[in-house]
Amino acid sequence: MKNVIKLSLLVIFSLSLSSCGGDAKKEKKEKVKITTKKKEVKKVKTEKKEKTYDLSNKGIGPIKSITLSADIDQAMATKGAEVYKAKCTACHKVEKKFIGPSPKGIFKKRSPEWIMNMILNPDEMVKKDPIAKALLMEYNGSPMANQNLTEEEARSVLEYFRTL
Amino acid sequence: MKKAINIVVALIIVAGLFSCNNGGTSNKNQGALSSSAAEKVYVAPGELDEFYAFVSGGFSGQLAVYGLPSGRLFKVIPVFSVDAEKAWGFNEETKPMLNTSHGFIPWDDSHHPDISQTNGELDGRWVFINGNNTPRIAKIDLTTFETTEIIEIPNSAGNHSSSYVTDNTEYVIAGTRFSIPIPQRDISIKEYKGNFKGTLSFIKVDPEDGKMNIKFQLLMPGFDYDKAHPGRGKSHGWFFFTTYNTEEANTLLEVNASQNDKDFIAAINWKKIEEYVNNGGGKMMPTNYAHNVYDDATHSATSTMIKEVLMVDPAEVPGAVYFLPTPKSPHGCDVDPSGEYIVASGKLSANVTVHSFTKMLDAIENKKFAGEAYGIPILNFEDVLAGVVEQPGLGPLHTEFDGKGNAYTTFFISSEVVKWKLGTWEVIDRKNTYYSVGHLMIPGGNSQKPYGKYLLAMNKITKDRYLPTGPEVTQSAQLYDITGEKMELLLDFPTVGEPHYAAGIPAEIIMKNSKKLYKLEENKHKYATITDGDARVERDGKEVHIYMTMIRSHFNPDNIEGVKVGDKVYFHVTNLEQDYDVPHGVAMIGAQTSELLIMPGQTETFVWYPKQVGVWPFYCTDFCSALHQEMQGYIRVSPASSNIELSWGLGED
Repeated sequence: MKNVIKLSLLVIFSLSLSSCGGDAKKEKKEKVKITTKKKEVKKVKTEKKEKTYDLSNKGIGPIKSITLSADIDQAMATKGAEVYKAKCTACHKVEKKFIGPSPKGIFKKRSPEWIMNMILNPDEMVKKDPIAKALLMEYNGSPMANQNLTEEEARSVLEYFRTL
Repeated sequence: MKKAINIVVALIIVAGLFSCNNGGTSNKNQGALSSSAAEKVYVAPGELDEFYAFVSGGFSGQLAVYGLPSGRLFKVIPVFSVDAEKAWGFNEETKPMLNTSHGFIPWDDSHHPDISQTNGELDGRWVFINGNNTPRIAKIDLTTFETTEIIEIPNSAGNHSSSYVTDNTEYVIAGTRFSIPIPQRDISIKEYKGNFKGTLSFIKVDPEDGKMNIKFQLLMPGFDYDKAHPGRGKSHGWFFFTTYNTEEANTLLEVNASQNDKDFIAAINWKKIEEYVNNGGGKMMPTNYAHNVYDDATHSATSTMIKEVLMVDPAEVPGAVYFLPTPKSPHGCDVDPSGEYIVASGKLSANVTVHSFTKMLDAIENKKFAGEAYGIPILNFEDVLAGVVEQPGLGPLHTEFDGKGNAYTTFFISSEVVKWKLGTWEVIDRKNTYYSVGHLMIPGGNSQKPYGKYLLAMNKITKDRYLPTGPEVTQSAQLYDITGEKMELLLDFPTVGEPHYAAGIPAEIIMKNSKKLYKLEENKHKYATITDGDARVERDGKEVHIYMTMIRSHFNPDNIEGVKVGDKVYFHVTNLEQDYDVPHGVAMIGAQTSELLIMPGQTETFVWYPKQVGVWPFYCTDFCSALHQEMQGYIRVSPASSNIELSWGLGED
């Protein structure tokens, strides 16, 4: 009996091992061997996605509605840049995809409310919001960290994103 | 028979399960008659305990935090002993906390935690606890549950009648157990009598930030000072210490310190002495002791050596110190919530002796003295006696109170807790403990406002109560329900080290103040890396300083080259997370120290001496996210003669 249990445990264990290992290998292969091809594939994907971006999705969290003024509030954006540098750059770079996506051009893809809710309420967002859930998968399960920004700070970061 | 018991146990468990499923009604809604012991201690998954219990670890040197009534262990707070799990005494920030006049001491014997009070009620700001062996008092901040201050006690040895706080935490007390030559000098041990002295230290606590400083030491006769308690309410302003070895024996104390029929309780009018000191009284005496303070902003401790202490000779402050004759080698010295009764547990006496504060004041006023010892007046036993609990058990040890007129005393030799009534001195109930109970604890049970719902008895011996674990078996605590006329044993649970003594408090007083993280913008650590862009590596001769950040789930930098054999490499690691309950750890192969366990927003440092050429990994030790296993990095170590420049990076090709 004990042996049976051990055996089945082993099977389960090795299954999980092989599935993890398999994924990792595939990704690495893509990265290493077919860099150019991969880029092409990506372009196609993004084009497709652009068409289907749901800008009506406001996300889940404290922010229900935001009106952006026509002009960018420079003072607020400057403050936002400071907050971004201090709290976000460990995972987000402006010029490239890093641990998480770049904020550049984000207003084409997401509503301002969604962006702020993702900053202020990431735990619930990655569990319930369809876009956030998909992003979590796309970024290998690396979670958006809750950096405990105040609403005011998050709003200033949003304003900074408008300047990018 | 065993089977029958098993079946019964199974039935009880099944019954318990069913009752829980009945709409999830909590225990509180059920009548006392229908609730079993199991229900009373069952805290359902996701529910919270009603009380915190801070239980000292005795020879473990630490302070463990349990929930009551469940007996679940939440945290072991490192205090006097190094703790590799939390890098206490291993990282550069906390090493100064364990500094003393004898140098770095990695261990002590932690005994009597006491929670800070305001107006004689628990306020839940700090816990104070004494280290016995190398005399020290520590303060634990109850917003962080971390030790933030340790002060060494000079002119003390076996710091045992400690660390009790007065009604408004004006003072925390540290009394010596062993008397010693003061100042220390090279004399024969046989010259004990008259040459050895005991000191009682009054440590002033700053009402704002809790900072401790030794206001004065009282130079007492060469007895052993065992336990203590401050006056409460009407007796606020006084402090009471039990003494033994009034024989002043220096060898075979087991026999020689048990000769006198009565020893003393020393009653100290500390307000009078404070006034004397404030008016310039006392003599500064050269000494040497460490004062170690942990700063929440720099996340670092500093150790300062202090070179003098104010010594007060009681003979020069008339009316400040009296001796109350008390049978026989008394241990516990406990003051009831009204402040009227001083309960002395003469451990070799058949009875529990209770003194009256009012009668003591009377006797002092009428100068009814039986004699004196070293210039200190001795009162008459009969003049101060309030009453005697007649033969309640063997080996009385410690008493606490329920706030309803009852006292509860432990009996070490007869292994029991006895409930008796203040004023009539009649025994109401007795329950066995398993076995050899030392101290007991009722939350708030030594304050003016006890929360008389549970009693925790702490046992020295458990023998057959738990699965055997070789020659060393667990010590334990036992929880009793004391809401009824009779006590009811509810629960046994194992404890860390020796559960020597405890302090308990309603959870709601503390939990609302509990800190969730350290704000990055308030991080003033000298080597903090607050923004990820500042992550870097610097060389200063043979010293290499790595300014590293961590966030789910990577280190920055995670590739470092240009380190050489013979370097001294500092890892200054800042956790950039700003979310509750997301610590990260870090460990380096071959580092002769512990891991670091770094809370959100905090910076910690360890030192690594690379000794072998090669490429050596480091990694996160606290399971932080789904990508925890990816949280790793490498350091290339080149020969000492190499001229490879320092370089570092994260995510670069």
